[in-house]
Amino acid sequence: MAEVPVPKEKWTGSIGEMELGCTEAGGGSRATVTVGGNKGLPFLSFEDGPRRKIALAGSVSDSLEDVPQAIRAVFGEDVNDAVSWAKAWKAKGADMICLHLTSTNPEERNASTESAADTVAAVMKAVDLPLIVYGSGHEEKDAKVMEKVGERAKGERLLLGKAEEGGYKSVAAAGMANGHAVIGFSNLDINLAKQIVILLTDYGVGKKDVVIDPLMAALGMGLEYSYSVNERIRIAALAGDAMLQVPMICDCTPAWKAREVTDEVPNAGETAERAIWWEGTTALAALLSGADILVLGHPDAMTLARKAISGLGGED
Amino acid sequence: MPTAIEIFKHLPKKNCGECKNPTCLAFAMQLANNKAKLDDCPYLSDAGRNALASSSAPPIRLVRVGSGKNVVDMGDETELYRHDKRFFHPTALALRVNDMMSADELGKKLGHARSLRFERVGQVLKLDMIEAECRSGDATKFASFVQSVASMTDWPLVLRCKDASIMNAAVAVVKDRRPLLHGADESNVKEMAAVAKGASCPLVLCSADLGRLADLVEMARKEGVEDLVLDPMPATMKESLERCTVIRRSAIRKTFRGLGFPIYLSTPATQEGTLMALTAVMKYGSLLSFDELPSAQALPLMVLRQNIYTDPQVPIQVKADLYPVNNPGPDAPILFTTNFSLTYFTVLSDIEKSKVPVWLQVIDTEGLSVLTSYSAGKLTAEAVQKALLASNAKERTTKGVLIIPGMVARMSVKLNEATGLKIVVGPKESSGIPKFLRSMNG
Ligand code: B12
Ligand code: SF4
Repeated sequence: MAEVPVPKEKWTGSIGEMELGCTEAGGGSRATVTVGGNKGLPFLSFEDGPRRKIALAGSVSDSLEDVPQAIRAVFGEDVNDAVSWAKAWKAKGADMICLHLTSTNPEERNASTESAADTVAAVMKAVDLPLIVYGSGHEEKDAKVMEKVGERAKGERLLLGKAEEGGYKSVAAAGMANGHAVIGFSNLDINLAKQIVILLTDYGVGKKDVVIDPLMAALGMGLEYSYSVNERIRIAALAGDAMLQVPMICDCTPAWKAREVTDEVPNAGETAERAIWWEGTTALAALLSGADILVLGHPDAMTLARKAISGLGGED
Repeated sequence: MPTAIEIFKHLPKKNCGECKNPTCLAFAMQLANNKAKLDDCPYLSDAGRNALASSSAPPIRLVRVGSGKNVVDMGDETELYRHDKRFFHPTALALRVNDMMSADELGKKLGHARSLRFERVGQVLKLDMIEAECRSGDATKFASFVQSVASMTDWPLVLRCKDASIMNAAVAVVKDRRPLLHGADESNVKEMAAVAKGASCPLVLCSADLGRLADLVEMARKEGVEDLVLDPMPATMKESLERCTVIRRSAIRKTFRGLGFPIYLSTPATQEGTLMALTAVMKYGSLLSFDELPSAQALPLMVLRQNIYTDPQVPIQVKADLYPVNNPGPDAPILFTTNFSLTYFTVLSDIEKSKVPVWLQVIDTEGLSVLTSYSAGKLTAEAVQKALLASNAKERTTKGVLIIPGMVARMSVKLNEATGLKIVVGPKESSGIPKFLRSMNG
């Protein structure tokens, strides 16, 4: 029989392993997940011995401005309350909850930092999954929100979003002071991804406490840019670039902004089913290009992502 | 191309200079860099020429299925990662029909196949091929089935049958369409290769073991068939990803000729099957064959293919120009947007929906979206003014109004200064355009 040359890449680097959440033994009150730790490109067992661990986070918001209709429909009444919504995600098998404190946006509801921290505490009490927390995207307010939330959740090892080049210090400080990990966000560019990790670690955040978010553009909305940027980040990390050897988070919910997800399209089947595949396809592209954590909006898209991970031989 | 030293081994070593290079070694270096042709050396032996011609063949063979205008090209890929250059031949999609179907079922399925055709950002996304499968085991029946499929469609065809004599009878009816034959395995490779050779058709080789697949390649080539396609027969997504990766990498990284061919995959009609197909679009599948392809899954699959096969250096763009939409006259306003296809077509369809006549000025932002080009300094007030002058927009309308994307409201003052037009800030999302334009009109 012909001998096929085994085309293994000789990687010298690996992705750092990270635990999120914290059990009672460690002083917290929730389950943990471990992400990262890979030594080869995604899902190639001939390159990377141990199986791959990926965490799937269900997206929850504490106000509904940005929540697509289809997602409101599938969760029903539960979307009106972050706690019920998070519980529903747990029942549907999410590994983590990704909580967006959009109510704090000063240009809309302007909820107080205190009430935001209360929401986080209530979710933590009701659901024992590891938690990702974002503000509303308003830079100044988010700094205060994260400070308060970080304090209140001390010891629970949350993942706090998001530190950007322009203003990363407050999120970084909130993480460092209370034992949380932080998300370093950058805009679809490998050099910017590296830059934010450098800024965070120079500021004092441990490399083991950083997850990068290189911005996942959705199917039909620039997915190809993200696919290639992610892939380049992974290859550079495995080839030895220490500043990129951190887990990667990809938020797939921008898929819900594509018009194919809401509009009728002649000959393209039921919009509801197409929408699930839109988010599911975005998730699959994120997985194959190197994601360690996925944020998902629709439970059926999470089911597809879960099927993909187990079909590809990753742990689930 | 092999290295200069490998090439040099096959040269005559006369150093006569007739190739316009001082030495054979210098000539070898030119060849290795694609700056010279083998024919420039008049003294090259036949053996040397053959050796060099085959080692300079592309690492993955280009295989063409179909004839005339209806062809699908696959293979001839040079990269493992699209960011290194680009992927060239988009994964072809085929829908399978079989000879146990009634005429009615066949008609319905072909109708479904035809309906899978979409226009998106100025490109047509569609199914590429039909695969006709023999399930009856009856040569006459299969041949007449193939005949009727061929008469009902223009698509390039795949014929699927394990029995070489049945295949032979079917190929005879559609030989001039140059169908792809599926397929040969260890049990029938000699006979199938003879059929493929007799009809000059490309042939699929099937084995779940890549070593055996390479053996089959060797055997088929011995029988004189060079246009080959590999079916690594995965049962799971994992097998699919890993086998396709090994094939692609060994062809490109190791120039391993035994697997330097396009890849065919048959995907099950389940959610996992569709996930396998999506995976294969990203990771090295050349042709995917479906028993079923539900409409709601076909569009995401085709859009993924469109995304992945876009040239990373060149976003899909439209021509920067002034476009009349809904028959505008001199009292219609001007709107502007960028020449990124996704942006332009999104905005265009919303303006059309509004039925309000406008002039749509497209600015050359090198194919970037509104915010991206604004952040990159390519969408400036000066650029807008220049475009308006180039297209004579201000002479086409006397309204004196320029409606701008809501995302760049902050450009208003500068735009007013640069263009002298009254600036009206439109909605941020183009879905708001119909309502906005109608309310402007009264
Ligand atoms: C894909 C992408 C890229 C791709 C380019 C894609 C392309 N061909 O344009 C790449 C990776 C190259 C890129 C690069 C950059 N990007 Co970018 N990118 C994106 C992303 C993810 C999607 C953009 C997109 O395709 N949108 C879809 C199109 C259809 O939107 P659009 O053109 O705005 O059109 C809509 C509206 O504006 C409106 N509209 C359009 N025309 C008109 C006209 C009228 C009259 C009206 C009323 C409405 C209207 O309708 C459309 C549909 O609603 C966005 C984030 C996001 N999710 O939006 C960031 C984003 C646009 N990028 C951003 C930035 C900063 C950059 C960079 C400067 C960063 C960097 N890496 O250096 C570079 C600049 C590029 C360069 N130096 O050449 C920022 C912009 C920040 C800001 N608020 O100004 C964004 C918003 C990301 C972010 N959240 O930070 N980017
Ligand atoms: S013509 Fe041929 S033999 Fe003469 S120098 Fe060139 S390569 Fe050598």
